[in-house]
Amino acid sequence: MHTKTISQLSAVLRSGEVSSVELTSLFLDRIKQHNLALNCFISITEAQALEAAAAADQRLKAGNAAPLTGVPIAHKDIFCTEGVKTTCGSKMLDNFIAPYESTCTAKFRDAGAVMLGKTNMDEFAMGSSNETSYFGAVKNPWDQGRVPGGSSGGSVSAVAARLAPAATGTDTGGSIRQPAALCGLTGLKPTYGRVSRFGMIAFASSLDQAGPVTYSAEDAALMMNVMAGFDERDSTSVAREVPDYSANLENGIEGLKIGLPKEYFGEGLDGNIARVIDAAIKEYEALGAVVKEISLPNTGLAVPTYYVVAPAECSTNLSRFDGVRFGHRCDDPQDLFDLYTRSRGEGFGLEVKRRIMIGTYVLSAGYYDAYYLKAQKIRRLISDDFRAAFEKVDVIMGPTTPSTAFKLGEKADDPVTMYLSDIYTIAVNMAGLPAASIPAGFVDGLPVGLQVIGNYFDESRLLNVAHKYQQATDWHLQVPKEFQ
Amino acid sequence: MSVDRSDITKVARLARLKIDEADVPQYVDNLSNILGLVEQMSAVNTDDVVPMAHPLDAAQRLRADEVSDTNQRDKFQALAPQVESGLYLVPKVIE
Repeated sequence: MHTKTISQLSAVLRSGEVSSVELTSLFLDRIKQHNLALNCFISITEAQALEAAAAADQRLKAGNAAPLTGVPIAHKDIFCTEGVKTTCGSKMLDNFIAPYESTCTAKFRDAGAVMLGKTNMDEFAMGSSNETSYFGAVKNPWDQGRVPGGSSGGSVSAVAARLAPAATGTDTGGSIRQPAALCGLTGLKPTYGRVSRFGMIAFASSLDQAGPVTYSAEDAALMMNVMAGFDERDSTSVAREVPDYSANLENGIEGLKIGLPKEYFGEGLDGNIARVIDAAIKEYEALGAVVKEISLPNTGLAVPTYYVVAPAECSTNLSRFDGVRFGHRCDDPQDLFDLYTRSRGEGFGLEVKRRIMIGTYVLSAGYYDAYYLKAQKIRRLISDDFRAAFEKVDVIMGPTTPSTAFKLGEKADDPVTMYLSDIYTIAVNMAGLPAASIPAGFVDGLPVGLQVIGNYFDESRLLNVAHKYQQATDWHLQVPKEFQ
Repeated sequence: MSVDRSDITKVARLARLKIDEADVPQYVDNLSNILGLVEQMSAVNTDDVVPMAHPLDAAQRLRADEVSDTNQRDKFQALAPQVESGLYLVPKVIE
């Protein structure tokens, strides 16, 4: 039962073969059994989960259930959940019981999905390995000596180990796609503005976007049907009709034009990964797609530009943590300056402080034009590359990551090397486009992800393209041995 | 582009972050390396490029200036480290 997709779980709940309380208990038991080793949950909300499951069972009996009613899921601890500790992976919020509910988690709650707990993450979503969490590193279920990726490392590790059948994540520079690739899952970053950011603790507001982490594209469609939509409480939410993401999954992909950016297959890409990606592209050709080489000439500038834009926005967003209204406050402040600086100095971890410092530096007097304005101009060039490409092709494909999961500690002391592990994912956030990572094979027993990038609001097509591949392959159904 | 100790001290003050003296050299190294990465931007000519502040170039939505939420002061202040009579307390600012 624990290896079933949420599409299958939705069906067994309806047939009455299993109740939501039974299903929820099963996953809670699995979490208790494995969380000590994997560290993928910060909070396990057992009592609330069982209560929600009982209510879901009533709703299933009454015949007014939605597709996800009774299905247990996990939420990244970046979403405010009313009455439940919401830490964002930080000591700063270790004492923070959210006073309101994020739109995203409220939608799942209203759909009858059962929250199992809140998952571990890089502190304030800043990291690519889940090692910056105040609550400790998360382990990759495929090899517990390796990182699961980040920043949605807890969500991805939990789903990969079958401790939850699906989870939410957020993606600012690759934080859904990179861990999904490293743990063998399907992860989708929707178009900027597609999913509400209300109640999702902000890192870089012009880049952040929530999305699903699932086994299959079919499951991601079910999650998107709940998550997506306009929200007046998010000023950057887009008022645009939400399609039924499940409706076009089965469409044929004969004649689909796939663009392969030559910059994604050059220096820095592990040869074994390149072979896995080549094989996946061949599979698409066998399904009738047409492949075309394209160029995204400004690809190399995405990481440098991101490390101006994201820290600048983060330093602004994180100024709200002042030790006055909520969150950590230092002991015995001498004066107001001491209160601010020590509360923040103690409450934030090293990587968060680094990024606040970079952001403050690039926004400071005399540097704004050289850094922030310059970065915004290059952001336009990066975005224009994609616009030009989508005039010629329907989707863009390439590797999600340049290597498979690295060892714990391997890159922790070298921020720049760590930042470069997001080299293929960051440009998508700069442009605001949707993109998915889907399992495409293994190298030495470690999963490899294929990235599929779509045009604005073309999530339906991305899911269709991913689903057709998943019907022809079974990489997405592989389970790490210890968790089968 | 590299930064020195005095830059770190100045930026930490602007950012209201207490940084231990012993950690300053590490910040000097890290920030210099990150700014070295960022420096790649300067090779690009962006003279005629319009800055992109936002992925969808969306305009800020407006709404009628009407009350849309209720007062939840007590609920929010329950999270604060120190409050009294509905006020947030901080160390004395004015003599």
